[in-house]
Order: sequence, then C-alpha cells, then structure tokens
Amino acid sequence: MNEQFEPKIVAFVCTYCTYAGADLAGTSRLKYPPNVRIVRLPCTGRISPMFILKALQKGADGVLVSGCHPGDCHFTSGNFHARRRWTVFRALLDFTGIPLDRIRFSWISAAEGVKFAELISSLTEDIRKLGPFEQYKAMIHETETPVSL
Amino acid sequence: MAKIGVFICHCGENIAARIDCARLLSAMDDHPGVSVSLEYKYFCSDPGQENVKKAIRDNNLTGIVVAACSPRMHEATFRKACAEAGLNPYLCEIANIREQCSWVHSDKDKATEKAIDITRSLIEKVKRNNELQPIEVPVTRKALVIGGGIAGIQAALDIANAGHEVVLVEREPSLGGHMAQLSETFPTLDCSQCIMTPRMVEAAQHPKIELLTYSEIEQVDGFIGNFTVKIRKKARYVDMNTCTGCGDCIQKCPQKKISDEFDCNLGKRPAIYTPFAQAVPNIPVIDKENCTYFKNGKCKVCAKACPIDCINFGMQDEFVNIEVGAIVVATGFRIQNTAMYGEYGYGKYPDVITGLQFERLASASGPTAGKIRRPSDGKEPETVVFIQCAGSRDPSKGVRYCSKICCMYTAKHAMLYAHKVHGGKAHIFYMDIRAAGKGYDEFTRRAIEEDEASYLRGRVSKVWQENGKLIVRGVDTLLGKPVEIEADMVVLATAITPQPDAKEFARVIGIGCDEYGFYNEAHIKLRPVETATAGIYLAGACQSPKDIPDSVSQASACASKVIGLFSRDRLEREPVIAMNNEAICSGCWGCVVACPYGAVEKKDILSRSGELIKRVAFVNPGLCQGCGTCVTFCRSNSIDLAGFTEKQIFAEVMGL
Repeated sequence: MNEQFEPKIVAFVCTYCTYAGADLAGTSRLKYPPNVRIVRLPCTGRISPMFILKALQKGADGVLVSGCHPGDCHFTSGNFHARRRWTVFRALLDFTGIPLDRIRFSWISAAEGVKFAELISSLTEDIRKLGPFEQYKAMIHETETPVSL
Repeated sequence: MAKIGVFICHCGENIAARIDCARLLSAMDDHPGVSVSLEYKYFCSDPGQENVKKAIRDNNLTGIVVAACSPRMHEATFRKACAEAGLNPYLCEIANIREQCSWVHSDKDKATEKAIDITRSLIEKVKRNNELQPIEVPVTRKALVIGGGIAGIQAALDIANAGHEVVLVEREPSLGGHMAQLSETFPTLDCSQCIMTPRMVEAAQHPKIELLTYSEIEQVDGFIGNFTVKIRKKARYVDMNTCTGCGDCIQKCPQKKISDEFDCNLGKRPAIYTPFAQAVPNIPVIDKENCTYFKNGKCKVCAKACPIDCINFGMQDEFVNIEVGAIVVATGFRIQNTAMYGEYGYGKYPDVITGLQFERLASASGPTAGKIRRPSDGKEPETVVFIQCAGSRDPSKGVRYCSKICCMYTAKHAMLYAHKVHGGKAHIFYMDIRAAGKGYDEFTRRAIEEDEASYLRGRVSKVWQENGKLIVRGVDTLLGKPVEIEADMVVLATAITPQPDAKEFARVIGIGCDEYGFYNEAHIKLRPVETATAGIYLAGACQSPKDIPDSVSQASACASKVIGLFSRDRLEREPVIAMNNEAICSGCWGCVVACPYGAVEKKDILSRSGELIKRVAFVNPGLCQGCGTCVTFCRSNSIDLAGFTEKQIFAEVMGL
C-alpha cells in the first residue's frame, strides 16, 4: 500500500486580512487541501518566532505566516515589524539547520480568496514533497528540553 | 477546574454535509475539561441560543466553544448569549468549521479530522481565557475640523447645528478652498461663489464654531473622545480684533506685482492682501516673503495708511492647545504639477493653461472679470482645445486613477466658452466620457448638442507654437486619423492629486494613506468616512477625487458619525489591549519603538520617599488598538495582549 503522505501545516494569520481572505475562499466555495490549521491573531505583528518553533515542535511539517499587504495593515505597521522579524529569524533558523522551505511568509488581503486557496494548494504540495519533518523531532529528542510555556 | 461547553452547529446542511458532526461530537466528549457538548441545526437561531444559555447555567460552565461559521459572522451573537447567561462574554471562542472547513473541503473524513483539530485547539485556548471588561473612556464633546473648503464647512456646520462646539482650522488666510475659486458649477451652472460665500459667512458667525484661519495643525495626541491638538496660528501682522477690513492698506501697498495664488498666477496682488473680495474673515494678511519692509527694513506704508493702527510688524506665530473628542479631516486636494507634460508646453507657452486657470478666467471675480481672454495678449480666443486626462489615468505619470471631475468640468468649460465667446469653437480630446451622476450625462450631451463642442476621442501627442497659433497634434481614434488643430488657447484637465504634504500630515495625525497620499478609509465600502484610527473621520477630496455633491454628502456623513459619538458620556471599547506586568518590566522600551499608536508611555515607579526606583512601560488603554506588536518585541515577557495572551496561543498551538 502506498498511501500519500498528508503533511500538517500550521498557519498563523492576522484577523483583518488573511483570515478574512480565508473566509472569502469559503464563501466562494473554492476547494483546497485540508492540511492547514489556522491560528487567528489580531495582527502579524503579534506573531512571535516562538509560535513557529512551538508549531514545529508539536509536529507541524510546515508553517505559514500571512498577513496584510505592506501598507495595508489595519494596525498601520504591524506587518512591517513581522516582515523585519522574519528576515532576522530566518537567518537563525538557517543556522540551526531548520530548512527554510518549510516556512512560508506571504501577504493575502481580505479580497484574495483565490490567492489563499492557491497558496494552500501549492504549499501543501511543496511540503508533501519535502516529506515528514522528522529532523526537528529528532532534535527535540536529543535535547529533551521542551520549550517552556 | 475548567468546565467547557462545546456547541456544534450543523448550519443546516452547510456544515453537516461535509463534516461528520456525530464523530466531532464524540471526539469532544472525550476531551479533558469538556463537561457538556451539544449539536443543533442552527445555534444562531433563537432556540439555538436558548440551548447555549441553558447549558451555561445548568453546568456552571467556565467557557464555551461554538463550532460554527466564522467568528466574523456570529462571534458577537454568542458573546451576547454568554453575557445573558451570566458568563463573561470573553470566555467564548468560535471554531470556524464552515468558511475554513466544510465549504472548502470535499473529503468528509479529512474535513472531520480538521474540524476536530480546530475545535480542540480552541478548547485549549478558551480554558486559558480571562474575564475581560469593556474599557470605558470619557468623551470630550468638541470637534476639530481640519480644512475650510466646502467639505470642512459643511461638516463644521452640521456638527455645530447639532449643538456641539467645533474648531474649524484653515491654513489659508480665508475660508473657501477650491470651491471659492470656481466660476460656475456643473450640472446646473450655479455661480460657485454665490452658493459658497453664504456658507462661509454662516460658519464664521456660528456661535458654536471657533474659526482659526491662517493656522496649521502641529501635533495630535490622544485617542477617540480625548484628543489634544496643538495648533500654530501663523502671524498675520494684522490685529484681527481691531481690523475692520476697510482695505486702505491693500490700496496703498506699493508692492503690487506678486503673482496671485488665488487667481492661479493669472493676476497680481499686493504684499498685504485678502485672497479674494468675499474672503472670510475679511482681514488682510502680510505676505512676509514679498513685503518690502520685511525685505529691506523700510516701507511701513500700510501701517501709515491704517486708520486704526492695527498693523503690527512684530507679531509672532502663536501656539494653542485644544482638547477635542473627534477630528474631521477635510484637507482637500491640489492639481497636478503640469510641468510633467512637457509635450503640451505648459509653462513654455502662456496660452496653455490648466482647468483651474480657465475657471479663474471665466469667473466674474477673476483677473479678466469673467471675459475669456488669452493670458499672452489679452485677445479673445477663437479656437480653444481642451485636453482631458492630462495626467489622470496615465501610469507613466504615476497617476493610474481617474480624477473623476474632469469630464464634467471640461464639458462645463466648453459651455461657458460657447456662452461667452459667440462663434468660438471648442474641441475636446477625451479618452472616455465619464458622466455618472444626477443630471451629469444630460449635461455633457448639452455641451455637445446645444453648445456644439466637438468631441474627439483620442490623445494629444504634442502642442507647439507657429505664427502666433498653438498647433495641437492628436489623433481621432474613431476616424483612425491624425488631427492637427490651430488653436488660440489650450486648456489641460490636469489630474487631482493629494496635497503635497498629505503623507507627512497623515503621520502627524496618525492615519493611513494610499500610495498617492489619499487618506485611507476604514473600509472602502462599509466604513467610507471613518479611518482606521477611531475618532478620526474623512470628508472630501483628501480621501479621493470628488465633486462638490459627493464632498458635501461625505462631510454630512462625518458629522453624523461625530454627533453619534457625542451622544454618549462615555465610550465602550473592546478590551483586547496590551497589559504590562510592571514587576518584571525591564524598561528596555522595545514596546515604545514597536507601537504604531504611541500608546506605550514611560512611567516612573517611586519609592515612598519619592525616589525613582525604576521606569517601566505603561500601556494607555485608550490609545492601544490591540495589535500585539509590542508583545512580540518584549524582551522581559512582561507585556501581554488580553484575549490573545502567550499562554492562550501556545495552548492553541499545542492543541492542534
């Protein structure tokens, strides 16, 4: 039996743009793979790098961070902070040996239901190709020091 | 011990068709902390909500999760049900299993698994939710209106007529804005000044309106209901309290050759002047840059001419601070810098003018007293070419949008020209005629049919001068042929652009603007007059190009929002705001840098004897909008966001 690997992807999204965009994909009855679990936050500025690590630690094979387009943030500049934070954080991830292609950063507005559905489809395919993220679980196993709450 | 209620809504078939609700229900039953789980066809219905309330009361629930449609739909409904059942409304979470699950997946097994994950993670979150209370803030019942054009005047009058105090600030020496410059208005050809000046006088004399002309906003602090605004009253060098507006000083001023901005540089004015005859207030101002006394230290002719000695060369700018509860921004527009179109020869040939300059030529109060005369030699032009979209809808010039009013005013110009110059010929180059509005299409038809304007669909490539004529070369795309017209005057319908300092000003007052500098509304369809900053509203062309009726309606809409805000003593706000634990705050001020609203202040912690122990961050609950950017910045982990705390979110992730 050759059952297809179903990746688990955690999406951290802002409530004003991407969450609304995901709702629009729903009201437009677009179809996309059921592999993504959405965590709703007020703004991408609220997304701590620790959330991404926590998701990977919990067994996610991929992570998506998505918010309003630059300049469109409901809170004026939260997404700029998120973007800058991500640029810094990705270097650290790279250094620690976590493959960057497991984490996706994108902008989806409240009007972009189609873009949301397409992104989830392509992201799921990409992560599926990468296979299960055993590496992180192995790292956790080695250190045995879970991230404290 | 948590006692959570889970309510699974079928939403008719919307959810139940794609999600195995029975399986979802039994999965929730086994989840630790869940004391009751129910399913129902429509939980948003009255009996559905009664079920929720009953379950909360009967089981003494400490939190609920409703697995249903998006929280954007019914979060408010279920929070209300919680409150009615005696549970704090913020102990309610919505698991979105419709928009983000049943509607987008076709595999029932996998959709059900996803629904279980979503609901479970929110159960973990809701266990860590805290009881929150709405925040109450007092309201100062006084409004600030920025901009004294027609939009600002309308907003100020409407608010003042409802009985509230208004401060109306205009940076030019007189009220009026662009509307005072216009000759006649479409689609009725009403004289613009005749309908405008009574409004200006009404605003100036209104007992509830405090008028501050020749003044600018320096700084805005505070939040909805409680703004503090610093205003600079620029020095007029004329005492406003004693000046009677006799105008002797203006007559006597020896410096008379300054380009008149109000006449779009077509006329001249002295150094001490009022912008136009009906200026409100009718008190002159000295143009310091061009005044002989300020340049050479000698002259003072105006002071000698003044019969009551109200000219004061030593006057300084004054600063005043006012407290207001709401702000209406009506700062208007500018017309695009026409130098961008070198091929049309603006600035090179004096007879190539802008639409606004044509307004001044056609205006009875203008430099030619309403006669259409060429600026170069004062002759009556026999042929005039109007070029529409000179700047608008041209990505290469950085203006992709339609300026909205040019089709209409160009048709009006062609009509005014036909009425004033009998036998004159008007040619109009256009891209499309956009005449949507009451009586607008009929108006452009009249220009074509009765006043015989010749409309040519196509663009103009070049304008040059030959034997005293302006040669306009363009194309008529309907005939598919190039056209050359010998004209006496060319009028460019230049694009409407934001004020040159619009972006800077947006930062001063704390609102957003688009790539051009037009101010952003909170929602383009459903909240078109509010900004993302609570308590600040938009009226007129500062939001986007608009004609007079649109500006006036938007101004009245702003006024109704402000009056609605002022109908209460105190305001209630969502309690989703950041809180700082002062005991562990290290005072690194990362949060101060992060906050887009300037809501984080530095607070001194003093000992009993009054000595400074340490300085910590304090989040002003009135200013904080709850984005949570500061939380992520916080190095000491002292700031957290109510409703989205670190604990809640980690639990939610762990629950997935």
